[in-house]
Amino acid sequence: MDQTPENATPSATSTASRTRTSGPEAPLVHAVNVMKSFHGTEVLKGIDLDVQRGEVVCLLGPSGSGKTTFLRCINQLEAIDGGRIWVDGDLVGYREKDGHLHHLTDKEVATQRRDIGMVFQRFNLFPHMTALQNVTEAPIQVKGVGRKQAQERAVQLLEQVGLGDKPSAYPAQLSGGQQQRVAIARALAMDPKLMLFDEPTSALDPELVGEVLRVMRDLAQQGMTMIVVTHEMGFARDVADHVVFMDAGVVVEEGKPQDVIGNPQHERTRSFLQRMRSEDREARDDEARADSQDV
Amino acid sequence: MTDSTSERPGVIDARPVRHPGRWVALAVILVLIGMMVSSFLTNPRWNFAKALEIMQQTPVIEGLWKGTIIGTVGAMAIGIVGGVIIAVLRLSHNPILRGVSFVYTWFFRGIPRLVLLAMIGSGVGFLYNRIDFGVPFGQQLASFMGLSSDFTFFTLNVNQFSSTLLAGIIGLGLSEAAYMAEIARAGILSVDTGQAEAASALGMNRGQAMRRVVLPQAMRVIVPPTGNETIAMVKDTSLLSAIPVITELFYQTSAIGNRTLLIMPAFVAVTAWYLIVGSVLMVGQYFLERRFGRGFGTGAPNKRFARPAGAGGA
Repeated sequence: MDQTPENATPSATSTASRTRTSGPEAPLVHAVNVMKSFHGTEVLKGIDLDVQRGEVVCLLGPSGSGKTTFLRCINQLEAIDGGRIWVDGDLVGYREKDGHLHHLTDKEVATQRRDIGMVFQRFNLFPHMTALQNVTEAPIQVKGVGRKQAQERAVQLLEQVGLGDKPSAYPAQLSGGQQQRVAIARALAMDPKLMLFDEPTSALDPELVGEVLRVMRDLAQQGMTMIVVTHEMGFARDVADHVVFMDAGVVVEEGKPQDVIGNPQHERTRSFLQRMRSEDREARDDEARADSQDV
Repeated sequence: MTDSTSERPGVIDARPVRHPGRWVALAVILVLIGMMVSSFLTNPRWNFAKALEIMQQTPVIEGLWKGTIIGTVGAMAIGIVGGVIIAVLRLSHNPILRGVSFVYTWFFRGIPRLVLLAMIGSGVGFLYNRIDFGVPFGQQLASFMGLSSDFTFFTLNVNQFSSTLLAGIIGLGLSEAAYMAEIARAGILSVDTGQAEAASALGMNRGQAMRRVVLPQAMRVIVPPTGNETIAMVKDTSLLSAIPVITELFYQTSAIGNRTLLIMPAFVAVTAWYLIVGSVLMVGQYFLERRFGRGFGTGAPNKRFARPAGAGGA
């Protein structure tokens, strides 16, 4: 199953025919042979991934495996060096004309990003704006939605993420979990057709992880298409429709969560999952010890 | 159980640490202040009454308003707007604009303001009597094609313009823009790159991200040194006499001092005015810093959401 870039490259004709069908049955995200290097180091060595509409895909793997980089390539925070990514039938970052690829202008890139929401590991809320202003900023500035209408929608979204009582709080006055939930509301305010989550709970204190995962579960249930880079195995097992295990810039194994997490076929997947489980156990042991001391 | 409270340590009522050094320093300072005040009172050459009189004379007040205050406001307005534009150009993806910004800063930071103002005042008028605004190379084009029009829309008489306050303000403003550019650039670079990323992930273009997200946060870093620059500019308006613009605080005050032989009272008067203007600016800076510190814990304007101790940062 270990794919090298060579045998992972589909023939040009099959690629073209598949992407022309941008109907409802076509994948929302279609990535083929995506390659990316930083200063001569290959970080992505030919990634293929299809994400269907309404599907939740979890990207798992050790740090440095390239999963965050791949996520950032989908909304062009990183430019890819090779391969192609289509989102909803549109080629990401380029236009194909007369058999040549042409870079999109900054404005066209901004338009492509509108429909893709992103949630960052470090939240990246705008600290000089209140929670409400964070959520209304992009609809007002980018989509030209009226202030009043944007505010009504923002209040709804803040209620949806359980922060209906905090519209005028500044990010510094909120806990990490609350900030991340505002960040999710901010991304949803643009009515994206795809949500990208880049390790959304990795910067949180353990007791705050649950509230963010709960919001993400609700979102998945509502049918949002999501790609989630995460180390939360429980979330991947329960919520994901499809799990992708990456290591060293390639997809090692993918499939249903019960197969990949429950019955991994590859040594690298097995050892990674084992490491995660032993960390989990240690954490649980710590908690148990703390509990027994409380008595 | 009732006596258990007496065994547990209660309210702290500790003796403060003694600071004998502070008392010694206070005594020394008091003696020095006493000596100074005594010299003010006993040396008739200080003549504070005259200084107060000079401060209120019409040419001095006029110089204060026209030269010093309008000069400072105008030059700083040009400097701040120009400086932010040059800083944004410096950080742009366009290599030509980056180069222009670099050369601008190199030139205007490199020449003394006194020299720049003297050149604007006499040099430019000598080189170009008048400046025509129109189509580039319009006159050459017109004579080449034998046309009567020379594509000039507006003509500036440089000799009349170059000795005005406006010329001085432009000169000081251009020079200030070079310094403000470096301050604004430092401010922009101080903002976490995740902020611009979050803005562009929401579909904002580079201009929107800069204007709405990055610059407002950069202001927190830009305001304190800009206050410094403004106070420096108040003092640098005294260079306007090199243009020569003589409706300016220092020129007018020292002229009175020379005429009336009250040289030291004149200097006292001008010092007092500069200190007063500087103090007012410091108060203004305090409020600006509070405004742009929103959401950064310090001086949060919204008391209802007082930040709990140890709450996570952004």
